[in-house]
Amino acid sequence: MGSGRLYAAVAAGGFRRYATYRAATAAGVFTNTVFGLILVYTYLALWDAKPQLGGYDQAQAVTYVWLGQALLAALAIGGGGFEDELMERIRTGDIAVDLYRPADLQLWWLAADLGRALFQVLGRGLVPFAFGAVFFPVALPREASAWAAFLVAVLLAAMVSFGLRYLVALSAFWLMDGTGVTQMAWLAGFFCSGMLLPLNVFPGALGEVVRALPWSSMLQAPADVLLGEADPLGTFVFQAGWALVLLAVGRLVQSAATRRVVVQGG
Amino acid sequence: MDNDRAEPGGAGGFIELDGVEKVFEVRRRTGFLKRERRRVRAVDGLSFTVARGEMVGYIGPNGAGKSTTIKMLTGILTPSGGRLRVAGIDPARERTRLAHRIGVVFGQRTTLWWDLPLIDSYRLMHRMYRIPDARYRENLDRCVELLQLEALLDVPVRQLSLGQRMRGDIAAALLHDPDVLYLDEPTIGLDVVSKAKVRGFLRELNAERGTTVLLTTHDLQDIEQLCSRVMVIDHGRLMYDGPLAGLHEAGESERTLVVDLERELPPIEAPEPARVVRVEGPRQWLAFPASASAAGLVAGIAARYPLVDLSVREPDIEAVIAKIYAERASA
Repeated sequence: MGSGRLYAAVAAGGFRRYATYRAATAAGVFTNTVFGLILVYTYLALWDAKPQLGGYDQAQAVTYVWLGQALLAALAIGGGGFEDELMERIRTGDIAVDLYRPADLQLWWLAADLGRALFQVLGRGLVPFAFGAVFFPVALPREASAWAAFLVAVLLAAMVSFGLRYLVALSAFWLMDGTGVTQMAWLAGFFCSGMLLPLNVFPGALGEVVRALPWSSMLQAPADVLLGEADPLGTFVFQAGWALVLLAVGRLVQSAATRRVVVQGG
Repeated sequence: MDNDRAEPGGAGGFIELDGVEKVFEVRRRTGFLKRERRRVRAVDGLSFTVARGEMVGYIGPNGAGKSTTIKMLTGILTPSGGRLRVAGIDPARERTRLAHRIGVVFGQRTTLWWDLPLIDSYRLMHRMYRIPDARYRENLDRCVELLQLEALLDVPVRQLSLGQRMRGDIAAALLHDPDVLYLDEPTIGLDVVSKAKVRGFLRELNAERGTTVLLTTHDLQDIEQLCSRVMVIDHGRLMYDGPLAGLHEAGESERTLVVDLERELPPIEAPEPARVVRVEGPRQWLAFPASASAAGLVAGIAARYPLVDLSVREPDIEAVIAKIYAERASA
Protein backbone atom coordinates (compact mmCIF):
# COMPACT_ATOMS: atom_id res chain seq x y z
CA MET A 1 0.00 0.00 0.00
CA GLY A 2 2.77 2.34 0.99
CA SER A 3 4.46 1.94 -2.34
CA GLY A 4 1.21 2.83 -4.10
CA ARG A 5 1.34 6.22 -2.42
CA LEU A 6 4.97 6.62 -3.40
CA TYR A 7 4.31 6.01 -7.09
CA ALA A 8 1.23 8.23 -6.96
CA ALA A 9 3.48 10.97 -5.59
CA VAL A 10 6.00 10.30 -8.36
CA ALA A 11 3.24 10.50 -10.98
CA ALA A 12 1.95 13.74 -9.46
CA GLY A 13 5.48 15.10 -9.63
CA GLY A 14 5.77 14.07 -13.27
CA PHE A 15 2.54 15.91 -13.98
CA ARG A 16 3.61 19.08 -12.19
CA ARG A 17 7.11 19.16 -13.67
CA TYR A 18 5.63 19.50 -17.15
CA ALA A 19 2.94 21.86 -15.95
CA THR A 20 5.75 24.22 -14.84
CA TYR A 21 6.73 25.08 -18.38
CA ARG A 22 3.73 27.05 -19.63
CA ALA A 23 5.43 28.73 -22.57
CA ALA A 24 6.63 25.36 -23.86
CA THR A 25 3.11 23.98 -23.52
CA ALA A 26 1.62 26.92 -25.41
CA ALA A 27 4.21 26.52 -28.17
CA GLY A 28 3.40 22.82 -28.34
CA VAL A 29 -0.33 23.47 -28.64
CA PHE A 30 0.36 25.87 -31.49
CA THR A 31 2.64 23.38 -33.26
CA ASN A 32 0.15 20.53 -32.93
CA THR A 33 -2.63 22.72 -34.32
CA VAL A 34 -0.60 23.84 -37.34
CA PHE A 35 0.69 20.32 -37.97
CA GLY A 36 -2.89 19.07 -37.73
CA LEU A 37 -4.06 21.60 -40.29
CA ILE A 38 -1.40 20.53 -42.77
CA LEU A 39 -2.22 16.84 -42.30
CA VAL A 40 -5.97 17.40 -42.41
CA TYR A 41 -5.81 19.10 -45.82
CA THR A 42 -3.54 16.33 -47.10
CA TYR A 43 -5.98 13.70 -45.84
CA LEU A 44 -8.98 15.56 -47.31
CA ALA A 45 -7.27 15.54 -50.72
CA LEU A 46 -6.46 11.85 -50.34
CA TRP A 47 -9.95 10.83 -49.30
CA ASP A 48 -11.43 12.98 -52.10
CA ALA A 49 -9.44 10.93 -54.59
CA LYS A 50 -10.03 7.62 -52.80
CA PRO A 51 -13.18 7.62 -50.68
CA GLN A 52 -13.34 4.87 -48.05
CA LEU A 53 -9.56 4.51 -48.10
CA GLY A 54 -8.57 2.03 -45.38
CA GLY A 55 -12.24 1.66 -44.45
CA TYR A 56 -12.56 5.22 -43.08
CA ASP A 57 -14.95 7.80 -44.46
CA GLN A 58 -13.82 11.41 -44.71
CA ALA A 59 -15.07 12.46 -41.28
CA GLN A 60 -13.33 9.50 -39.66
CA ALA A 61 -10.09 10.38 -41.46
CA VAL A 62 -10.30 13.96 -40.19
CA THR A 63 -11.02 12.73 -36.65
CA TYR A 64 -8.02 10.44 -36.92
CA VAL A 65 -5.74 13.40 -37.71
CA TRP A 66 -6.86 15.42 -34.70
CA LEU A 67 -6.64 12.38 -32.43
CA GLY A 68 -3.06 11.95 -33.58
CA GLN A 69 -2.25 15.56 -32.75
CA ALA A 70 -3.95 15.26 -29.38
CA LEU A 71 -1.97 12.13 -28.45
CA LEU A 72 1.37 12.91 -30.13
CA ALA A 73 2.94 14.54 -27.08
CA ALA A 74 1.22 12.39 -24.49
CA LEU A 75 2.40 9.15 -26.08
CA ALA A 76 5.77 10.73 -26.92
CA ILE A 77 5.54 9.26 -30.39
CA GLY A 78 8.09 11.75 -31.64
CA GLY A 79 10.21 11.47 -28.47
CA GLY A 80 10.23 13.98 -25.65
CA GLY A 81 9.21 11.74 -22.78
CA PHE A 82 11.23 10.58 -19.80
CA GLU A 83 13.76 8.70 -21.94
CA ASP A 84 15.98 11.68 -22.74
CA GLU A 85 16.33 12.42 -19.06
CA LEU A 86 16.99 8.82 -18.07
CA MET A 87 19.64 8.44 -20.78
CA GLU A 88 21.31 11.61 -19.61
CA ARG A 89 21.31 10.32 -16.04
CA ILE A 90 22.91 7.07 -17.18
CA ARG A 91 25.50 8.94 -19.22
CA THR A 92 26.49 11.30 -16.41
CA GLY A 93 26.27 8.71 -13.66
CA ASP A 94 23.41 10.46 -11.85
CA ILE A 95 21.65 7.13 -12.15
CA ALA A 96 23.57 6.19 -8.98
CA VAL A 97 21.18 8.42 -7.05
CA ASP A 98 18.17 6.56 -8.49
CA LEU A 99 19.69 3.17 -7.76
CA TYR A 100 20.31 3.52 -4.04
CA ARG A 101 16.75 4.61 -3.38
CA PRO A 102 14.31 2.14 -1.87
CA ALA A 103 12.21 2.21 -5.01
CA ASP A 104 11.96 0.22 -8.22
CA LEU A 105 13.60 1.95 -11.16
CA GLN A 106 11.08 0.82 -13.76
CA LEU A 107 7.99 1.58 -11.68
CA TRP A 108 9.45 4.93 -10.73
CA TRP A 109 9.90 6.03 -14.33
CA LEU A 110 6.62 4.47 -15.40
CA ALA A 111 4.78 6.51 -12.77
CA ALA A 112 6.65 9.68 -13.71
CA ASP A 113 5.92 9.11 -17.40
CA LEU A 114 2.22 8.43 -16.84
CA GLY A 115 2.03 11.68 -14.86
CA ARG A 116 3.68 13.47 -17.77
CA ALA A 117 1.34 11.80 -20.27
CA LEU A 118 -1.72 12.87 -18.30
CA PHE A 119 -0.52 16.45 -18.28
CA GLN A 120 0.15 16.36 -21.98
CA VAL A 121 -3.26 14.92 -22.83
CA LEU A 122 -4.85 17.81 -20.94
CA GLY A 123 -2.33 20.56 -21.63
CA ARG A 124 -1.39 19.80 -25.20
CA GLY A 125 -4.11 17.49 -26.49
CA LEU A 126 -7.43 19.08 -25.64
CA VAL A 127 -6.99 22.38 -27.47
CA PRO A 128 -5.93 21.01 -30.89
CA PHE A 129 -8.63 18.34 -30.62
CA ALA A 130 -11.34 20.89 -29.79
CA PHE A 131 -10.06 23.11 -32.59
CA GLY A 132 -10.38 20.24 -35.06
CA ALA A 133 -13.83 19.26 -33.78
CA VAL A 134 -15.12 22.82 -34.14
CA PHE A 135 -13.74 23.69 -37.56
CA PHE A 136 -13.84 20.37 -39.40
CA PRO A 137 -16.41 17.62 -39.90
CA VAL A 138 -15.55 14.90 -37.39
CA ALA A 139 -17.03 11.53 -36.46
CA LEU A 140 -17.30 11.28 -32.68
CA PRO A 141 -19.36 8.73 -30.72
CA ARG A 142 -22.27 9.85 -28.57
CA GLU A 143 -22.22 6.99 -26.06
CA ALA A 144 -20.23 7.48 -22.89
CA SER A 145 -19.16 3.83 -23.05
CA ALA A 146 -17.24 4.45 -26.29
CA TRP A 147 -15.38 7.34 -24.68
CA ALA A 148 -14.62 5.25 -21.59
CA ALA A 149 -13.25 2.47 -23.81
CA PHE A 150 -11.17 5.06 -25.64
CA LEU A 151 -9.63 6.28 -22.37
CA VAL A 152 -8.72 2.73 -21.37
CA ALA A 153 -7.10 2.25 -24.79
CA VAL A 154 -5.13 5.48 -24.33
CA LEU A 155 -3.91 4.35 -20.92
CA LEU A 156 -2.76 1.03 -22.38
CA ALA A 157 -1.17 2.92 -25.28
CA ALA A 158 0.80 4.98 -22.76
CA MET A 159 2.05 1.77 -21.11
CA VAL A 160 3.19 0.30 -24.44
CA SER A 161 4.84 3.59 -25.34
CA PHE A 162 6.64 3.59 -22.00
CA GLY A 163 7.73 -0.04 -22.46
CA LEU A 164 9.34 0.76 -25.81
CA ARG A 165 11.04 3.92 -24.64
CA TYR A 166 12.31 2.27 -21.47
CA LEU A 167 14.22 -0.21 -23.63
CA VAL A 168 15.56 2.64 -25.74
CA ALA A 169 16.70 4.48 -22.60
CA LEU A 170 18.39 1.45 -21.04
CA SER A 171 20.49 0.99 -24.17
CA ALA A 172 22.51 3.92 -22.83
CA PHE A 173 24.04 1.56 -20.27
CA TRP A 174 25.86 -0.12 -23.15
CA LEU A 175 26.10 2.61 -25.75
CA MET A 176 26.89 5.72 -23.70
CA ASP A 177 25.58 7.84 -26.54
CA GLY A 178 22.00 7.01 -27.34
CA THR A 179 21.38 9.55 -30.10
CA GLY A 180 21.26 6.93 -32.85
CA VAL A 181 18.89 4.66 -30.98
CA THR A 182 16.65 7.57 -30.07
CA GLN A 183 16.37 8.66 -33.68
CA MET A 184 15.61 5.13 -34.86
CA ALA A 185 12.92 4.84 -32.21
CA TRP A 186 11.52 8.20 -33.22
CA LEU A 187 11.32 7.20 -36.90
CA ALA A 188 9.81 3.81 -36.12
CA GLY A 189 7.34 5.46 -33.78
CA PHE A 190 6.19 7.98 -36.36
CA PHE A 191 5.76 5.48 -39.13
CA CYS A 192 4.57 2.35 -37.31
CA SER A 193 2.17 4.00 -34.88
CA GLY A 194 0.14 5.39 -37.77
CA MET A 195 1.12 8.99 -37.12
CA LEU A 196 1.71 9.70 -40.81
CA LEU A 197 -1.06 7.56 -42.25
CA PRO A 198 -3.52 5.20 -40.59
CA LEU A 199 -2.11 1.67 -40.58
CA ASN A 200 -5.23 0.20 -42.20
CA VAL A 201 -4.27 2.12 -45.34
CA PHE A 202 -1.10 0.05 -45.71
CA PRO A 203 -1.57 -2.75 -48.24
CA GLY A 204 -0.82 -6.47 -48.11
CA ALA A 205 1.92 -8.00 -46.01
CA LEU A 206 3.37 -4.65 -44.96
CA GLY A 207 -0.01 -3.71 -43.50
CA GLU A 208 -0.30 -7.06 -41.70
CA VAL A 209 3.14 -6.62 -40.18
CA VAL A 210 2.80 -3.02 -38.97
CA ARG A 211 -0.62 -3.73 -37.53
CA ALA A 212 0.86 -6.56 -35.46
CA LEU A 213 3.80 -4.54 -34.12
CA PRO A 214 3.61 -2.88 -30.68
CA TRP A 215 3.56 0.63 -32.16
CA SER A 216 0.10 0.01 -33.57
CA SER A 217 -1.13 -0.07 -29.95
CA MET A 218 -0.22 3.56 -29.61
CA LEU A 219 -2.30 5.58 -32.05
CA GLN A 220 -4.10 3.15 -34.31
CA ALA A 221 -5.65 1.13 -31.49
CA PRO A 222 -7.21 3.96 -29.46
CA ALA A 223 -8.34 5.69 -32.67
CA ASP A 224 -10.13 2.57 -33.92
CA VAL A 225 -11.80 2.14 -30.54
CA LEU A 226 -13.09 5.71 -30.62
CA LEU A 227 -14.14 5.52 -34.27
CA GLY A 228 -15.99 2.26 -33.65
CA GLU A 229 -13.77 0.40 -36.10
CA ALA A 230 -12.41 -2.13 -33.64
CA ASP A 231 -13.78 -4.34 -30.91
CA PRO A 232 -12.65 -2.68 -27.64
CA LEU A 233 -12.03 -5.90 -25.72
CA GLY A 234 -9.92 -7.48 -28.45
CA THR A 235 -7.96 -4.23 -28.73
CA PHE A 236 -7.36 -4.12 -24.98
CA VAL A 237 -6.04 -7.68 -25.03
CA PHE A 238 -3.70 -6.84 -27.90
CA GLN A 239 -2.40 -3.68 -26.18
CA ALA A 240 -2.11 -5.24 -22.74
CA GLY A 241 -0.25 -8.18 -24.25
CA TRP A 242 2.36 -5.91 -25.78
CA ALA A 243 2.56 -3.82 -22.64
CA LEU A 244 3.25 -6.91 -20.52
CA VAL A 245 5.84 -8.27 -22.93
CA LEU A 246 7.67 -4.96 -23.17
CA LEU A 247 7.59 -4.31 -19.44
CA ALA A 248 8.87 -7.83 -18.76
CA VAL A 249 11.71 -7.45 -21.27
CA GLY A 250 12.43 -4.06 -19.70
CA ARG A 251 12.78 -5.75 -16.30
CA LEU A 252 15.22 -8.31 -17.68
CA VAL A 253 17.30 -5.66 -19.39
CA GLN A 254 17.18 -3.54 -16.25
CA SER A 255 18.57 -6.30 -14.07
CA ALA A 256 21.28 -7.06 -16.63
CA ALA A 257 22.13 -3.37 -16.82
CA THR A 258 22.30 -2.74 -13.09
CA ARG A 259 24.38 -5.88 -12.54
CA ARG A 260 27.02 -4.75 -14.95
CA VAL A 261 26.64 -1.12 -14.05
CA VAL A 262 29.72 0.97 -14.04
CA VAL A 263 28.43 4.19 -12.69
CA GLN A 264 30.13 6.97 -14.59
CA GLY A 265 32.33 9.51 -12.93
CA GLY A 266 33.71 9.56 -9.36
CA MET B 1 16.34 10.27 19.20
CA ASP B 2 16.13 6.59 19.82
CA ASN B 3 19.72 5.62 19.30
CA ASP B 4 19.48 2.71 21.66
CA ARG B 5 17.62 0.42 19.29
CA ALA B 6 18.92 -3.14 19.27
CA GLU B 7 21.55 -3.44 16.61
CA PRO B 8 22.43 -6.62 14.76
CA GLY B 9 25.85 -5.37 13.71
CA GLY B 10 26.29 -3.18 16.75
CA ALA B 11 28.72 -5.29 18.72
CA GLY B 12 31.68 -5.42 16.34
CA GLY B 13 31.26 -2.37 14.18
CA PHE B 14 28.50 -0.58 12.42
CA ILE B 15 30.29 -0.62 9.10
CA GLU B 16 32.54 -3.62 8.57
CA LEU B 17 34.76 -4.34 5.61
CA ASP B 18 36.95 -7.40 5.51
CA GLY B 19 39.25 -7.87 2.54
CA VAL B 20 36.82 -6.17 0.18
CA GLU B 21 37.81 -6.08 -3.46
CA LYS B 22 36.31 -4.54 -6.56
CA VAL B 23 37.73 -5.48 -9.91
CA PHE B 24 36.50 -3.82 -13.07
CA GLU B 25 37.09 -5.35 -16.43
CA VAL B 26 38.01 -2.69 -18.92
CA ARG B 27 37.98 -3.51 -22.60
CA ARG B 28 40.15 -1.50 -24.82
CA ARG B 29 40.37 -1.49 -28.56
CA THR B 30 43.90 -2.23 -29.64
CA GLY B 31 43.34 -2.52 -33.36
CA PHE B 32 40.68 -3.23 -35.93
CA LEU B 33 38.28 -5.67 -34.22
CA LYS B 34 41.01 -6.50 -31.75
CA ARG B 35 40.28 -5.92 -28.15
CA GLU B 36 42.31 -6.22 -25.05
CA ARG B 37 40.80 -7.04 -21.71
CA ARG B 38 42.36 -5.48 -18.72
CA ARG B 39 41.44 -5.92 -15.08
CA VAL B 40 41.52 -2.83 -12.93
CA ARG B 41 41.53 -3.21 -9.16
CA ALA B 42 39.62 -0.17 -7.95
CA VAL B 43 39.50 -1.52 -4.40
CA ASP B 44 42.12 -4.00 -3.36
CA GLY B 45 41.71 -5.91 -0.10
CA LEU B 46 40.16 -3.13 1.95
CA SER B 47 39.46 -3.81 5.63
CA PHE B 48 38.19 -1.40 8.24
CA THR B 49 35.53 -1.03 10.89
CA VAL B 50 33.54 2.03 11.82
CA ALA B 51 31.76 2.03 15.16
CA ARG B 52 28.29 3.42 15.68
CA GLY B 53 28.32 7.18 16.13
CA GLU B 54 31.81 7.67 14.72
CA MET B 55 32.57 10.43 12.28
CA VAL B 56 35.29 9.29 9.93
CA GLY B 57 37.06 11.14 7.14
CA TYR B 58 37.85 9.09 4.05
CA ILE B 59 40.40 10.71 1.82
CA GLY B 60 42.60 9.89 -1.11
CA PRO B 61 43.62 11.25 -4.49
CA ASN B 62 41.31 11.07 -7.50
CA GLY B 63 40.78 7.52 -8.65
CA ALA B 64 41.92 6.07 -5.32
CA GLY B 65 38.73 4.05 -4.88
CA LYS B 66 36.78 6.31 -2.53
CA SER B 67 33.59 6.54 -4.57
CA THR B 68 33.77 2.85 -5.45
CA THR B 69 33.83 2.10 -1.72
CA ILE B 70 30.83 4.35 -1.10
CA LYS B 71 28.93 2.73 -3.95
CA MET B 72 29.59 -0.71 -2.49
CA LEU B 73 28.43 0.54 0.91
CA THR B 74 25.11 1.63 -0.63
CA GLY B 75 24.70 -1.63 -2.54
CA ILE B 76 24.86 -0.08 -6.00
CA LEU B 77 28.06 -1.97 -6.74
CA THR B 78 28.65 -5.58 -5.78
CA PRO B 79 32.10 -6.36 -4.36
CA SER B 80 34.19 -8.82 -6.35
CA GLY B 81 35.47 -10.35 -3.14
CA GLY B 82 35.62 -9.99 0.63
CA ARG B 83 32.94 -9.37 3.19
CA LEU B 84 31.01 -6.18 3.69
CA ARG B 85 28.29 -5.34 6.24
CA VAL B 86 26.46 -2.17 7.12
CA ALA B 87 24.21 -2.38 10.18
CA GLY B 88 24.49 -6.15 9.82
CA ILE B 89 23.10 -6.01 6.27
CA ASP B 90 24.88 -7.16 3.12
CA PRO B 91 24.31 -4.06 0.94
CA ALA B 92 24.41 -5.70 -2.47
CA ARG B 93 21.94 -8.41 -1.49
CA GLU B 94 19.49 -6.28 0.46
CA ARG B 95 19.88 -2.90 -1.11
CA THR B 96 16.30 -1.80 -0.50
CA ARG B 97 16.24 -2.83 3.16
CA LEU B 98 19.53 -1.06 3.71
CA ALA B 99 18.30 2.06 1.93
CA HIS B 100 15.96 2.77 4.84
CA ARG B 101 18.91 2.84 7.22
CA ILE B 102 21.32 5.01 5.24
CA GLY B 103 21.42 8.52 3.88
CA VAL B 104 23.62 9.44 0.95
CA VAL B 105 24.73 12.80 -0.34
CA PHE B 106 26.78 12.89 -3.52
CA GLY B 107 28.09 16.44 -3.66
CA GLN B 108 28.22 16.50 -7.42
CA ARG B 109 24.79 14.99 -7.94
CA THR B 110 21.38 15.78 -6.59
CA THR B 111 18.48 13.71 -5.38
CA LEU B 112 16.14 16.69 -5.67
CA TRP B 113 13.54 17.25 -8.36
CA TRP B 114 15.13 19.82 -10.59
CA ASP B 115 12.01 21.52 -11.93
CA LEU B 116 9.92 21.55 -8.79
CA PRO B 117 9.96 23.47 -5.50
CA LEU B 118 12.23 21.98 -2.84
CA ILE B 119 9.30 20.98 -0.64
CA ASP B 120 8.00 18.62 -3.36
CA SER B 121 11.15 16.55 -3.15
CA TYR B 122 10.73 16.29 0.62
CA ARG B 123 7.13 15.14 0.24
CA LEU B 124 8.43 12.46 -2.07
CA MET B 125 10.98 11.34 0.55
CA HIS B 126 8.11 11.16 3.02
CA ARG B 127 6.41 8.57 0.80
CA MET B 128 9.52 6.82 -0.41
CA TYR B 129 10.86 6.05 3.06
CA ARG B 130 7.38 5.66 4.56
CA ILE B 131 8.21 8.10 7.32
CA PRO B 132 5.42 8.42 9.90
CA ASP B 133 3.74 11.82 9.52
CA ALA B 134 4.67 13.23 12.92
CA ARG B 135 8.26 12.08 12.50
CA TYR B 136 8.45 13.62 9.05
CA ARG B 137 7.18 16.98 10.30
CA GLU B 138 9.58 16.97 13.22
CA ASN B 139 12.61 16.09 11.11
CA LEU B 140 11.69 18.51 8.37
CA ASP B 141 11.20 21.37 10.83
CA ARG B 142 14.52 20.63 12.42
CA CYS B 143 16.40 20.49 9.12
CA VAL B 144 14.68 23.62 7.86
CA GLU B 145 15.69 25.47 10.98
CA LEU B 146 19.29 24.28 11.22
CA LEU B 147 20.03 24.44 7.50
CA GLN B 148 18.13 27.70 7.03
CA LEU B 149 15.83 26.38 4.34
CA GLU B 150 12.66 28.26 5.33
CA ALA B 151 12.80 30.77 2.50
CA LEU B 152 13.83 28.13 -0.05
CA LEU B 153 11.06 25.55 0.34
CA ASP B 154 8.89 27.01 -2.39
CA VAL B 155 11.74 27.78 -4.77
CA PRO B 156 12.30 25.40 -7.72
CA VAL B 157 15.55 23.52 -7.21
CA ARG B 158 16.99 24.73 -10.51
CA GLN B 159 16.95 28.29 -9.10
CA LEU B 160 18.93 27.44 -5.96
CA SER B 161 22.59 28.34 -5.60
CA LEU B 162 25.05 25.47 -5.20
CA GLY B 163 25.30 26.03 -1.44
CA GLN B 164 21.53 26.18 -1.05
CA ARG B 165 21.08 23.06 -3.14
CA MET B 166 23.66 21.21 -1.08
CA ARG B 167 21.85 22.10 2.14
CA GLY B 168 18.64 20.96 0.46
CA ASP B 169 20.25 17.65 -0.47
CA ILE B 170 21.58 17.07 3.02
CA ALA B 171 18.12 17.62 4.48
CA ALA B 172 16.66 15.19 1.93
CA ALA B 173 19.11 12.51 3.06
CA LEU B 174 18.16 12.88 6.72
CA LEU B 175 14.35 13.00 6.80
CA HIS B 176 14.09 9.24 7.37
CA ASP B 177 16.47 9.24 10.36
CA PRO B 178 19.25 7.24 8.79
CA ASP B 179 21.69 5.54 11.18
CA VAL B 180 24.55 6.27 8.86
CA LEU B 181 25.22 9.09 6.46
CA TYR B 182 27.64 8.82 3.55
CA LEU B 183 28.81 12.17 2.32
CA ASP B 184 30.74 12.27 -0.93
CA GLU B 185 32.35 15.69 -1.24
CA PRO B 186 29.62 17.63 0.55
CA THR B 187 31.46 20.95 0.46
CA ILE B 188 32.79 20.82 -3.11
CA GLY B 189 32.43 24.17 -4.80
CA LEU B 190 30.92 25.90 -1.78
CA ASP B 191 32.01 29.30 -0.50
CA VAL B 192 33.46 29.76 2.98
CA VAL B 193 30.15 30.70 4.61
CA SER B 194 28.26 27.78 3.07
CA LYS B 195 31.02 25.37 4.07
CA ALA B 196 30.83 26.59 7.66
CA LYS B 197 27.06 26.09 7.70
CA VAL B 198 27.31 22.56 6.38
CA ARG B 199 30.08 21.63 8.80
CA GLY B 200 28.24 23.13 11.77
CA PHE B 201 25.15 21.13 10.90
CA LEU B 202 27.04 17.86 10.52
CA ARG B 203 28.82 18.34 13.83
CA GLU B 204 25.51 18.87 15.57
CA LEU B 205 23.87 15.93 13.83
CA ASN B 206 26.63 13.63 14.97
CA ALA B 207 26.67 14.98 18.53
CA GLU B 208 22.90 15.04 19.08
CA ARG B 209 21.65 12.07 17.12
CA GLY B 210 24.73 9.90 17.15
CA THR B 211 24.51 9.48 13.38
CA THR B 212 27.50 7.60 12.01
CA VAL B 213 29.14 9.69 9.31
CA LEU B 214 31.55 8.61 6.59
CA LEU B 215 32.88 11.67 4.85
CA THR B 216 34.76 11.69 1.56
CA THR B 217 36.43 14.94 0.71
CA HIS B 218 39.34 16.72 -0.87
CA ASP B 219 38.96 19.56 1.59
CA LEU B 220 41.14 18.76 4.57
CA GLN B 221 39.49 21.47 6.62
CA ASP B 222 36.35 19.36 6.54
CA ILE B 223 38.33 16.59 8.20
CA GLU B 224 40.16 18.84 10.63
CA GLN B 225 36.94 20.37 11.85
CA LEU B 226 34.72 17.29 11.88
CA CYS B 227 36.54 14.02 12.16
CA SER B 228 38.53 12.53 14.99
CA ARG B 229 39.59 9.71 12.73
CA VAL B 230 40.82 9.71 9.19
CA MET B 231 41.40 6.93 6.68
CA VAL B 232 43.68 7.51 3.71
CA ILE B 233 43.18 5.31 0.67
CA ASP B 234 45.27 5.09 -2.46
CA HIS B 235 45.26 2.55 -5.29
CA GLY B 236 42.38 0.83 -3.55
CA ARG B 237 44.33 0.17 -0.36
CA LEU B 238 44.18 1.65 3.08
CA MET B 239 47.36 3.66 3.64
CA TYR B 240 46.57 5.15 6.99
CA ASP B 241 43.86 4.75 9.60
CA GLY B 242 44.01 6.74 12.81
CA PRO B 243 43.68 10.16 14.36
CA LEU B 244 44.38 13.14 12.15
CA ALA B 245 47.35 14.14 14.32
CA GLY B 246 48.97 10.76 13.71
CA LEU B 247 49.20 11.55 10.03
CA HIS B 248 52.13 13.79 10.85
CA GLU B 249 54.12 10.85 12.15
CA ALA B 250 53.03 8.62 9.33
CA GLY B 251 54.11 11.25 6.85
CA GLU B 252 57.30 11.97 8.84
CA SER B 253 56.32 15.58 8.74
CA GLU B 254 58.50 18.35 10.11
CA ARG B 255 57.92 21.59 11.91
CA THR B 256 59.84 24.68 10.99
CA LEU B 257 61.57 27.07 13.38
CA VAL B 258 62.14 30.51 11.93
CA VAL B 259 64.76 32.59 13.75
CA ASP B 260 65.72 36.23 13.23
CA LEU B 261 69.31 36.94 14.26
CA GLU B 262 70.91 40.35 14.91
CA ARG B 263 72.95 40.15 11.75
CA GLU B 264 73.77 37.89 8.83
CA LEU B 265 75.59 34.81 10.04
CA PRO B 266 76.64 31.48 8.52
CA PRO B 267 74.05 28.68 8.93
CA ILE B 268 73.42 27.85 12.59
CA GLU B 269 75.05 24.66 13.81
CA ALA B 270 71.94 23.15 15.29
CA PRO B 271 71.86 19.93 17.35
CA GLU B 272 70.64 16.83 15.49
CA PRO B 273 68.10 16.12 14.04
CA ALA B 274 67.36 19.81 13.39
CA ARG B 275 69.01 21.34 10.35
CA VAL B 276 69.05 24.63 8.54
CA VAL B 277 67.07 24.46 5.33
CA ARG B 278 67.19 28.09 4.22
CA VAL B 279 69.10 31.30 4.94
CA GLU B 280 67.99 34.75 3.86
CA GLY B 281 69.95 37.67 5.35
CA PRO B 282 69.64 37.55 9.12
CA ARG B 283 66.69 35.12 8.93
CA GLN B 284 67.18 31.35 9.01
CA TRP B 285 64.79 28.41 8.71
CA LEU B 286 65.37 25.18 10.62
CA ALA B 287 63.46 21.95 10.06
CA PHE B 288 62.93 19.43 12.88
CA PRO B 289 60.63 16.42 13.42
CA ALA B 290 57.05 17.23 14.35
CA SER B 291 57.36 14.85 17.31
CA ALA B 292 60.37 16.66 18.83
CA SER B 293 60.10 19.54 21.30
CA ALA B 294 60.86 23.04 20.08
CA ALA B 295 61.82 24.27 23.56
CA GLY B 296 65.21 22.55 23.77
CA LEU B 297 66.14 23.60 20.28
CA VAL B 298 65.23 27.24 20.95
CA ALA B 299 67.15 27.26 24.24
CA GLY B 300 70.24 25.83 22.57
CA ILE B 301 70.22 28.41 19.81
CA ALA B 302 69.47 31.33 22.15
CA ALA B 303 72.49 30.39 24.28
CA ARG B 304 74.93 30.55 21.37
CA TYR B 305 73.46 33.05 18.89
CA PRO B 306 72.20 36.65 19.11
CA LEU B 307 68.49 35.96 18.82
CA VAL B 308 66.05 38.78 18.02
CA ASP B 309 62.82 36.97 17.27
CA LEU B 310 61.47 33.49 16.45
CA SER B 311 58.37 31.62 15.40
CA VAL B 312 57.39 27.94 15.00
CA ARG B 313 55.36 26.80 12.00
CA GLU B 314 53.25 23.67 12.27
CA PRO B 315 53.40 21.26 9.35
CA ASP B 316 50.74 21.75 6.73
CA ILE B 317 48.43 18.74 6.70
CA GLU B 318 47.99 19.01 2.95
CA ALA B 319 51.71 18.82 2.47
CA VAL B 320 51.82 15.76 4.73
CA ILE B 321 49.17 13.96 2.73
CA ALA B 322 50.71 14.96 -0.57
CA LYS B 323 53.93 13.44 0.75
CA ILE B 324 52.18 10.18 1.69
CA TYR B 325 50.61 9.93 -1.77
CA ALA B 326 53.92 10.64 -3.47
CA GLU B 327 55.80 8.07 -1.37
CA ARG B 328 53.28 5.34 -2.17
CA ALA B 329 53.34 6.20 -5.83
CA SER B 330 57.09 5.83 -6.03
CA ALA B 331 57.18 2.72 -3.83
